[in-house]
Amino acid sequence: MDEFILIFRHEDGSKLASPEQMQIWMKQTMDWMGGIAAQNKLVGGTGLPFENARVVRHNNVVTNGPFGEIKETIGGYIIVKADSIDEAVEFAKGSPVLQGDGNTVEVRKIAKGDGVH
Amino acid sequence: MEQKELIPHLFRTEFRKITAVLCKAFGIEHIETAEDIASETFLSALETWTYKGIPENPVAWLYSVAKNKAKNHIRRHQVFTGKIAPQIRHAEPGIQEIEIDLSDKNIMDSQLQMLFAVCHPSISTEVQISLSLRILCGFGIDEIATALLTSKETINKRLFRAKEKLRLEKVKIEPIATGFASEAEINKRLDTVLTTLYLLFNEGYYSESDNAVLREDLCLEAMRLTYLLIENEQTNQPAVNALLSLMCFHASRFNARKTEKGEIILYHDQDETLWNHELISKGAYFLHQASHGNKISKYHAEAGIAYWHTIKADTPEKWAAILQFFDQLLQIEYSPIAALNRTYALSKVKGKTTAIAEAEKLNLTDNHFYFVLLGELYTDIDNRKAKQNFQKAFLLAKTQTDKLTIQKKIENL
Repeated sequence: MDEFILIFRHEDGSKLASPEQMQIWMKQTMDWMGGIAAQNKLVGGTGLPFENARVVRHNNVVTNGPFGEIKETIGGYIIVKADSIDEAVEFAKGSPVLQGDGNTVEVRKIAKGDGVH
Repeated sequence: MEQKELIPHLFRTEFRKITAVLCKAFGIEHIETAEDIASETFLSALETWTYKGIPENPVAWLYSVAKNKAKNHIRRHQVFTGKIAPQIRHAEPGIQEIEIDLSDKNIMDSQLQMLFAVCHPSISTEVQISLSLRILCGFGIDEIATALLTSKETINKRLFRAKEKLRLEKVKIEPIATGFASEAEINKRLDTVLTTLYLLFNEGYYSESDNAVLREDLCLEAMRLTYLLIENEQTNQPAVNALLSLMCFHASRFNARKTEKGEIILYHDQDETLWNHELISKGAYFLHQASHGNKISKYHAEAGIAYWHTIKADTPEKWAAILQFFDQLLQIEYSPIAALNRTYALSKVKGKTTAIAEAEKLNLTDNHFYFVLLGELYTDIDNRKAKQNFQKAFLLAKTQTDKLTIQKKIENL
């Protein structure tokens, strides 16, 4: 079994929606992750708050961001165990993030550090 | 209280206190000496009280006899180390003036420190439970064997091994505040302590033993020891309060969850007037105390689930909340039983069809509860499949109680 990272890209939800709507998304996310955890296939994950973010560039130039330059920013990730990329994709399809038009979940295999990958 | 009842009663409450205090005074390598002195004290009580009657203050009598026996032991020990041992090897200073302090404060401190020593990571959890029952709860070997459904021999072996291990690892009985290098060290050990107490409670709660009194005693002892942690500043932490809250909520259903014959009554069929409301409100109190800080332990999630189960009415709000707690619990620590229960909660929130799809992904085909769950979910949707699943569950079920429950479900289809 391999590990895959599911990277969420979406706009800052707190700028689009009411606290009540945020609450509903949180719940949906919990239920979605709970379903993966119930199969003992959730390795971990976290949300990445949009406030207080910085980008460090060449020559140590620090900017606020990365907002404004690309529409979808990384808002969080989870790591799952799956037999194949297709199974990991099936997990990704259930993510509440995808309710937002233009939002994406990128599915990437995690290198094993076994000298091959 | 008649003497016939008084001595066993005092044995249960005082033996462990005397043992803990003596053990702390002598060091854990002398754990057997401490137990022997405590046992001899009760033997003296039995002999003396039979002839002279029960003293005015039986507990004070026990303490002073225990103190004298301890002092005599030390004196004999000193004669040995002072006069005989030097001829064998260089004399060590040994134990000199030890004050045996049987005040409430020292009893509490000693028991707490013993709990931390017993839950040393070098000892397996199974053995920690037996040792805790013996040293900290004052259970007899017979009682431990009955409660844990094993033989006296096994328990004796476990206890022997545990004491060896404590000696070998030179485990110290130390004050919590100064005995550990850092707060992180305390918390690490506290995790092990909580696991042991959690399992100790479960041993009682889910025990197949037909001795109802003993089962309940096990749970109450686990609660008492958890409360010990709450009374101490360094260990009065959110996870500890969450654990006690969880225990209170579960214990509130003691009288409702089994028939007189010891058959399990399922949650839905329980007579809620038999639920203990005092324990429910205590559970709520400790859950409130647990809601500080920003770390959520598995005990928080389980206490949350148990809290919602104290409300019998089926509301969408109840099951949505339970589902969230199971989601949380599974993310903290996976267990097949939590996965199955979560799927049941899911069926209450999103309907049976959604839940069946999720249940089939769990693939826990060696677990009879898995097929019980599928049977439940298929009931009224596809009764033929429901029956097939219940039949598979029946074949996999290990205990007579479980088989009986499943049989009833098949008949009710």
